[in-house]
Amino acid sequence: MNATAEKVTETIDPETVHAEYLKRRKTQLKMIKETPKEKLLEMLYQMIFARRFEEKCAEVYRMGKIGGFCHLYIGQEACGIGSLSVLRPDDMAIGSYRTHVQAFVKGIPAEQVLAELYGKIGGCVKGKGGSMHMFSAEHQFYGGHGIVGGQIGVALGMAYAAKYKGTDAVAVCYFGEAAANQGIFHESANMAQLWKIPVIFICENNVYGMGTSQARAMSIKNIAKKGDAYGMANEFVDGMDVMAVRDAMQRAVDRARKDGSPTLLEVRTYRYMGHSMSDPGNYRTRDEIAKYQERDPIKLFFDSLKEAKVVNDKDLEEFENRAAAEVEKCVEYAENSPFPDDSELLTDVFAE
Amino acid sequence: MAVLTIRDALNQALREEILRDENVFIMGEEVAEYDGAYKVTRGLWKEFGDKRVVDAPITELGFAGLGVGAAMAGLRPVIEFMTWNFSILAADQIINNAAKMLYMSGGQFKVPIVFRGPNGSAFQVSSQHSQALEAFYANFPGLKVVMPSTAADAKGLLKSAIRDDNPVIFMEQETMYGMKGEVPEDEDFLIPLGVADVKREGTDCTIVARSFTVPQALKAAEELEKEGVSVEVVDPRTIKPLDIDTIVNSVKKTNRLVIAEESHSFASAGAEISHQVMENAFDYLDAPIKRISCAEAPMPYARKLEVLALPSVEKIVKAVKEVCYL
Repeated sequence: MNATAEKVTETIDPETVHAEYLKRRKTQLKMIKETPKEKLLEMLYQMIFARRFEEKCAEVYRMGKIGGFCHLYIGQEACGIGSLSVLRPDDMAIGSYRTHVQAFVKGIPAEQVLAELYGKIGGCVKGKGGSMHMFSAEHQFYGGHGIVGGQIGVALGMAYAAKYKGTDAVAVCYFGEAAANQGIFHESANMAQLWKIPVIFICENNVYGMGTSQARAMSIKNIAKKGDAYGMANEFVDGMDVMAVRDAMQRAVDRARKDGSPTLLEVRTYRYMGHSMSDPGNYRTRDEIAKYQERDPIKLFFDSLKEAKVVNDKDLEEFENRAAAEVEKCVEYAENSPFPDDSELLTDVFAE
Repeated sequence: MAVLTIRDALNQALREEILRDENVFIMGEEVAEYDGAYKVTRGLWKEFGDKRVVDAPITELGFAGLGVGAAMAGLRPVIEFMTWNFSILAADQIINNAAKMLYMSGGQFKVPIVFRGPNGSAFQVSSQHSQALEAFYANFPGLKVVMPSTAADAKGLLKSAIRDDNPVIFMEQETMYGMKGEVPEDEDFLIPLGVADVKREGTDCTIVARSFTVPQALKAAEELEKEGVSVEVVDPRTIKPLDIDTIVNSVKKTNRLVIAEESHSFASAGAEISHQVMENAFDYLDAPIKRISCAEAPMPYARKLEVLALPSVEKIVKAVKEVCYL
């Protein structure tokens, strides 16, 4: 258990979390110095790219290019990127319906993620899944899933298979704080610990389950502590600090590789956008959003990297330009990819 | 050929498939140390140990989900529900995940999993333990639904189900576990999914029966033979995919159809069969199709009422006579 993180447990108020963040600044800068520069730059770029990608999704959604539900990750980038930064290619990942970013960070070409949102044949699942269902067998990405918590049981099975086959691969499962109220979370947590299944449960606590705040939906504040009910290792993590996420994830992965022990990480974050594109957001104030935005994960990380002399303002500008160009390439690919042929309607229903 | 009970035929199928493929494992409540609530897995844990035969906590949704994820990652789980009634707790994993994963993933993730256990009524186990749920699962694209009625079919179909790359709903029947029949001893004895079996040939009326109602239909056919009525009994064995051709060919020959099923009648598999026969053999029918199903009420406890609710030989005989205008 991270001693500084312990203090964050009593509140999810961003000011308190930030006070704790400032206290561990020195540790964080030390971590940055110990991390290969390429890795740091990769993470920073991924975060910037993720932000621009999701902004573009919002833009083209409003133009009618994307249909159905579209859940954006803006504000939560440090969770997915920090945690995936310690995985190997043979490790498995699975998430909820808010997984555009995890999908391409795990390796799915971003243009295929956008083309999927467009419902095009060039999408990562040929236009059959859309925003909520990104998959790639090649990149061991087991999908975005549309039923709150449904992916948790699947993650348990993925990790079970790794252990069964005698590999030391792990499975990471992303879900929101509201999913921690579902029965499947508790059933899976119990079996994971009982049988030492190498799964890492990442609860991305973004404070709201659609329009219902955690305070109105959960009898306790501290989701990580739910791990205690199953004797499972657990940690609270500042989800706006990508290095903190990476650090906690490394401990969890080490634990899982060692003897299969699972971990529950509660990663405290905040989504800036609505639950989905159709959410007017009447349940919270602009002030509240602004307060969280002061701890923007990209800004925090950039400031730290700058302080550690890893990057400068010019690098940032270059990253922004590169990300904008990459996003435009994605748009071009998605626009140019054809819609699926009618014959696709009835393929992939059954395996031959 | 050996004479085996359906229970032992299933056991043999499981054992052979565990030996054949290292990725096959069985998980469920009481399947290991207890030897199975209905003894279908008897002896397997002793022979194969904890890795291949796994006692799960009573947590149907959880271990169904575990099975789905394990299947996606390359294993071939056989998930036992102590009864299909309990599968309703796991329906999210079966319907939202197992059935749709291949499609949602654009063909990338197969889910080779068998969910199995007893379906339908037993003796006086009342409302929550007596449901026949095949129509429910058959309604979802992506699931195969299998319902054997003999020991040989049980073995051959279960082996095929385990080797199939799709999620298979495999429905046994508690009151039939002790029924005996000849079973081929070949370790590669397989019965393909989606192929019906004519259990008895006849010329005057077709009875389509599955699982629980197959022995009843055969008994009814014997009784009707004494009265000069020649009955053909067709067992689809697999509800989905449905071998409608065999059924239609039989109806074209007999011109009359009775469907006997243990499930409730509303939107049942029998209703579907009836509709497909109407589409494919309308001009061949000499009488309206008749269905014998479970009464439209939750299953009562009192034996007298339970018997009244369920299909029976007498009800089937009466229905055949009605469609033959006798």
